[in-house]
Amino acid sequence: MPTIYIDSKPYEALAGKNLLETCLGLGIDLPYFCWHPALGSVGACRQCAVKVFKDAQDGTGRLVMSCMEMVKEGMRASVSDKDAVAFRAQVIEWLMTNHPHDCPVCDEGGSCHLQDMTVMTGHDYRRFRYKKRTYENQNLGPFLHHEMNRCIQCYRCVRFYHDYAGGKDLGVFAAHNHVYFGRETSGILESPFSGNLVEVCPTGVFTDKLLKEHYTRKWDLASAPSICQHCSLGCNIFTGERYGRLRQITNRYNSEVNGYFLCDKGRFGYAFVNDVNRVTRPLLRNQTIEAVDEAPLMKTLREMLSGEELIGIGSPRASIESNFSLIQLVGRDNFYQGLPEYPAYLSGKVAELVQSGALYVPSLKEIEASDAVLVLGEDIWNTAPVMALAVRQAVVRTAAAQAGKQSGLPAWHDLAVKEATQEKKGFLANLTVCPSPLDEEAAFSLRRAPDTIARLGFAIAHAIDPSLPSLPDISTAMRSIVNSIAGALRSAQHPVIISGVSCYNEGLIKAACTIAAALHTIGLRAGVAYVLPECNSMGLALLHAPSFDNATARVLSKPGVTAIILEADIYRTVAEKEADAFFDACKHIIVLDSMHNRTTQKAHALLPAAAFAETDGTIINYEARAQQYFQVLAPQQDIRASWKWLGKLKGLRAAAGNGQQVHPDEILQQLEQALPAFKGISRVAPSPDFRVHGQPIPRDPQRYSGRTAILANLTVSEPRPPQDTDSPLAFSMEGYPGIPPPALIPFYWAPGWNSNQSVSKYQQEPGGALRDGDPGVLLSGQAVLRLTGEEKPTAPPLFMDIPEAFEAREDRWLLLPQVHLFGSDELSSYTPGIRRLAPQPYIGLGEADATALGVIEGDDIFVWLEGKACSFPLAIRKGLCPGITLLPMGIPGIPVPQWGSWVKITLSEDAEEIRCPSKIF
Amino acid sequence: MLSLLRTIWLVFLHLFHKKATIEYPEEKIPLHPRYRGRIVLTRDPDGQERCVGCYLCAAACPVDCIALQAAEDENGRRYPEFFRINFSRCIFCGYCEDACPTYAIQLIPDVEMAEFHRQDLVFEKEDLLIDSEGKYPGYNYYKIAGITAGVKETGQGANEEPPVDVHSLLP
Ligand code: SF4
Ligand code: SF4
Ligand code: SF4
Ligand code: SF4
Ligand code: FES
Repeated sequence: MPTIYIDSKPYEALAGKNLLETCLGLGIDLPYFCWHPALGSVGACRQCAVKVFKDAQDGTGRLVMSCMEMVKEGMRASVSDKDAVAFRAQVIEWLMTNHPHDCPVCDEGGSCHLQDMTVMTGHDYRRFRYKKRTYENQNLGPFLHHEMNRCIQCYRCVRFYHDYAGGKDLGVFAAHNHVYFGRETSGILESPFSGNLVEVCPTGVFTDKLLKEHYTRKWDLASAPSICQHCSLGCNIFTGERYGRLRQITNRYNSEVNGYFLCDKGRFGYAFVNDVNRVTRPLLRNQTIEAVDEAPLMKTLREMLSGEELIGIGSPRASIESNFSLIQLVGRDNFYQGLPEYPAYLSGKVAELVQSGALYVPSLKEIEASDAVLVLGEDIWNTAPVMALAVRQAVVRTAAAQAGKQSGLPAWHDLAVKEATQEKKGFLANLTVCPSPLDEEAAFSLRRAPDTIARLGFAIAHAIDPSLPSLPDISTAMRSIVNSIAGALRSAQHPVIISGVSCYNEGLIKAACTIAAALHTIGLRAGVAYVLPECNSMGLALLHAPSFDNATARVLSKPGVTAIILEADIYRTVAEKEADAFFDACKHIIVLDSMHNRTTQKAHALLPAAAFAETDGTIINYEARAQQYFQVLAPQQDIRASWKWLGKLKGLRAAAGNGQQVHPDEILQQLEQALPAFKGISRVAPSPDFRVHGQPIPRDPQRYSGRTAILANLTVSEPRPPQDTDSPLAFSMEGYPGIPPPALIPFYWAPGWNSNQSVSKYQQEPGGALRDGDPGVLLSGQAVLRLTGEEKPTAPPLFMDIPEAFEAREDRWLLLPQVHLFGSDELSSYTPGIRRLAPQPYIGLGEADATALGVIEGDDIFVWLEGKACSFPLAIRKGLCPGITLLPMGIPGIPVPQWGSWVKITLSEDAEEIRCPSKIF
Repeated sequence: MLSLLRTIWLVFLHLFHKKATIEYPEEKIPLHPRYRGRIVLTRDPDGQERCVGCYLCAAACPVDCIALQAAEDENGRRYPEFFRINFSRCIFCGYCEDACPTYAIQLIPDVEMAEFHRQDLVFEKEDLLIDSEGKYPGYNYYKIAGITAGVKETGQGANEEPPVDVHSLLP
């Protein structure tokens, strides 16, 4: 650790860092614009100038950009030197010569890095008397508002959008003092990571269009730490509330998970919480007035529960607290999943592997640091977007790190490293069913059927460890690819294999594990990440409940069962016929959900469940990382957390009727005791009675306004704010004003740092872990072993059951789901912008199949599902292997088919079965 | 003893001073133009609402008695969807007026705001908005702001150059 002197005071600094991040890490305020911890330094804005001196005798020194200066032993620098201060003041004055008089109507205001830096440098009055430059703005689609006049030309936007996220359609136009940041023409930004521009841009050029619809300043938002609910990665987010509505989602830093960035589904997919389709009152069906009050509701529920046999259907999008409360209510033997047999089996398999302790499951950060990535089948761009972003960094960074090592450049020296790297890339092999934007970065991208990809996976394992079974029938061309991939994995230091369940193929899961096992024999610890469909799929899978098919069999064989269905629309996962059969056989149906859907229509009693922003809960991500989200909204009307409802039902069922309230942390403790797989989960966040110096953690910032006026129209004597007994957070601006434990940070703010850039004050060092460690508890087998200190690198299990090669059939197509980032997820699709970007129903076929059928893009063709012909326009999927057809998953208007089954495709509704002659492979 | 007598003497002298009390309400108190009394929302010279819903007054208010919600019309012009002041809490410090970047919110020399019921002291936008520019005539924020908001074309605002031609590389 070099010792450096800043303004003559000695400090310990981290070697290899630049002076700017060192200063920020030491708590010294220094203004900057173009540097970003995830993007590195380019020295473009000239705002971070400091003086550096040759030695203790040097009184003159020289001005340098601190972001471009590496710390060295004995370095002497001055932040407060008067030349440096004057230089910085001048730079910001220049930047502001063209800046519009916009703060009052600018959505960035109050969380604006430019405001903060202007105040920090002391520039207050405009001396420049000439005219201001102006620009025309563009319409960038449903998520981002564009206001180019506010730009200060720091280049962060393109460096994120283009360099970091790989987007193609945002660039720099024109020259010198009138450069323009935007698209070539108005149009929807293509990258699903575009929403990050809101936070990356230090000014109000890119602002959140959803926030604009109900605009609230950051200082007026009550905020809470939360977890994204729209895929299995569990990105950390902040939720912001005002006037009882959810208003904004912003990134919450977690160095192990999402770092600084979210995907647009996570950032903008929250509109369902405010939607009119919410269930707000308990309903009892077949009554004149269906919405009921507590007393009649409880009476009916007591009747439904007493004496009847109960079964519960758990949910992959409800918290583990709710799922476990359901288990406590119905008993473990009566708890099922709302998934058909095969997908339930697949996620159970994944959970088993992750739990076993033999598999090393990498975090997103570890994936980012990997030097060889193999994707087996899973379309991660659509099923796990931020993981795709991490994989992209793995590819771009490994090469950069190598180039940097050769030329002695530090990793943060962005431009120089890029020059040194040129076109070199890290290793990625993307073996998937359909093309993906990740292919651009891939050394190998292949389009094959899932079975074939699984076989290639086994072939790769054989190429690594020849003692494993070989696949003699692979073509020579293929073999050379297999050998190159195997070679790249062997020579890597941190290889990562990614697969998942969205292909409905067990072979892929086994192949990924087998490759890791093969790498284990040559002493390499390979990471294996399995992507699951929903935010708490892992949590549900760890409960190892039987599938929906078993539940149906049970109610059919024994009528008179009361079914309790927890936050799941069965009609989205199970074919209509089967779901109907189940519901018809149940005597009573109690449904808990937040949105009205087809399942809630079947309910005899419907209980309004809280959405994620209205309650506390814990969900478990793909790597078995349990993370807690906290309530930010006081639920309206009769909405209550599912685990609270279920606790009440338990009270009804117990004759004594002790419906006493439990807290989420008590449920977690009971869960730990009941199921050893969840050992440690109660450490996920401090308990509700946690206090700092006797004070709770306030959700409202200190500048929160309107306390005595918000409800004054209803009653002028202010009612008491809602009391939160479930968490250490308070619905108030009173409480501990300092930095709370990482799991409880409700927003980022520091004196003088109003924007989200204040996150550096919460980190151990800029870009590092949060102080006291990142929140969340790993439940995976390896993590448990690591914790108990008995980690022995056990070998991942080997699988020998290699699937048969895929062969196209004469008259049937293998039906696979195409997951769409926008549209396939149930809850996020309530956001109008996401609905707009979601695809219309289609039937996807490869080029060869389309030619053979004699149809072109857009022609209506028929796919036979459950004996019925459904007509959708044809969408030609480039590279899709013949014999496979795709339907978009979760898009309204398409009946839920049996994925992975063989279906018929015809050109007309009553056409004879046509034969497809293109069966070449 | 001496001071006691002195006080009695001074009080006695007041009998011959000019009276400070007036016959209110028949007679009105003279209030200076900058007196911080009733709070109003004013209009710009075009007769449009001046308030742009920036929340600065609400943030400045020490008793937190201002609540509003910003909304936007089809041209992108910001205005408050609702604007509420709880005068039973207001201390008439005038910080809101100081904070307001558009001269929208102003304290005027009017103190006749007494009510029998506290609830009647809650004023909504309809009660606050007046048909006048108030103390600061002539100021129109949107003419100076960088956004067009349906008030002007890009580059037509005060002190603005015409929009940059992004296809040009000329200096
Ligand atoms: S970008 Fe920041 S400084 Fe510029 S107008 Fe917006 S809030 Fe004000
Ligand atoms: S648009 Fe924002 S991020 Fe891009 S150069 Fe301008 S100020 Fe920087
Ligand atoms: S990647 Fe997944 S968890 Fe992360 S923000 Fe997107 S949808 Fe949410
Ligand atoms: S400060 Fe002025 S413009 Fe801003 S909200 Fe208040 S009254 Fe409106
Ligand atoms: S932050 Fe150093 S020059 Fe921009």
